[in-house]
Amino acid sequence: MSEFSTLGIWVIILVIAVATYLIRLSFIHLFGRINQVPPRVKLVLKFVPPAVLAALVAPGLVTPSPDVAAMVIDDRLAAGIVAAAVAWWRGNILLTIGVGMAALWVLEFGPALVF
Amino acid sequence: MNEDFSAGARDSIGILLGVVPFALVFGIAADGAGLSVAQTTMMSAGIFAGTAQLVTVELIGANAGLTIIVITGIVVNLRMLMYSASIAPHFTDYGKRTRAYLAYFLTDHVYAMSIAEYAAEARSRDKRLYYLGLGVSIWVVWVATTIVGFVLGAGIPESLNLMFAIPLVFLAILVPAIEDLPQVVSALASAIVAIAAAYAVAEFGLPAGLDLLIAAAVGIAAGVTTEEAMDR
Repeated sequence: MSEFSTLGIWVIILVIAVATYLIRLSFIHLFGRINQVPPRVKLVLKFVPPAVLAALVAPGLVTPSPDVAAMVIDDRLAAGIVAAAVAWWRGNILLTIGVGMAALWVLEFGPALVF
Repeated sequence: MNEDFSAGARDSIGILLGVVPFALVFGIAADGAGLSVAQTTMMSAGIFAGTAQLVTVELIGANAGLTIIVITGIVVNLRMLMYSASIAPHFTDYGKRTRAYLAYFLTDHVYAMSIAEYAAEARSRDKRLYYLGLGVSIWVVWVATTIVGFVLGAGIPESLNLMFAIPLVFLAILVPAIEDLPQVVSALASAIVAIAAAYAVAEFGLPAGLDLLIAAAVGIAAGVTTEEAMDR
């Protein structure tokens, strides 16, 4: 349980909310004024989705550790690979999540049902 | 309802599978950290960024300093600078006020889905309405599910691993978004650095969110370098 005052928590929420909005607005506001995106910037922007999305995915599939061999033996990584194959094959978000969750449940609970 | 808005709302359904568990987990965490239902709701409505919200309530619960909490929450959201820059060229035709409210809905999911839709040249949807269809649907579900999570508390069994739906959503958007070799290199470099950086952040008590920024920066640099090397 936190020792923050009610006011303290409200201040945190308000400041982060306003700052987050300004971050979101930043270039959307600026590019409206400069009108043209330089080719160099365009090249960088092409890699924003793959780089950011991969960084959001990877730590959720393993437990980060210096022992790489132990790290890759993870039900979530196996389920993630199955889900990635489905995503590549079909490109369907619902199907990818459904198969990924099912794969994880089979890996986690399956052995207990068989043995 | 407008067809393009509906298309956005319809396309949000797949994403909501990942948004719902995230919101539930956040609601539960906010309750655990001692926030009121009003504070929890306002956080989802105002900040509207799951990772930052989760990190913030964790730090509030751990009684971290106010400045640290605010800075961390903002650092986690700095990646949105990249989204803002990336999506801005698509919004240049709109007026100042329109751009001001469009910016409010710029989340990971709304950004990724919209950029993918805008890149599909075969379709010619209204960019603003498609984006709003996604954004408004996700916002409503995000805020409502947060409250459900707060009220239900720890009643949801942990063994279901609902949290796993969160990386799965990002994976489901990532894979179809990759079109060429430099983007493959970019994603792989970012993934490897993200794991190493996540370990370093946890091990050395660095600010949460720093790992994401470092990984994204390395991934982008790797992609740009590969593309330039191939062009030569």
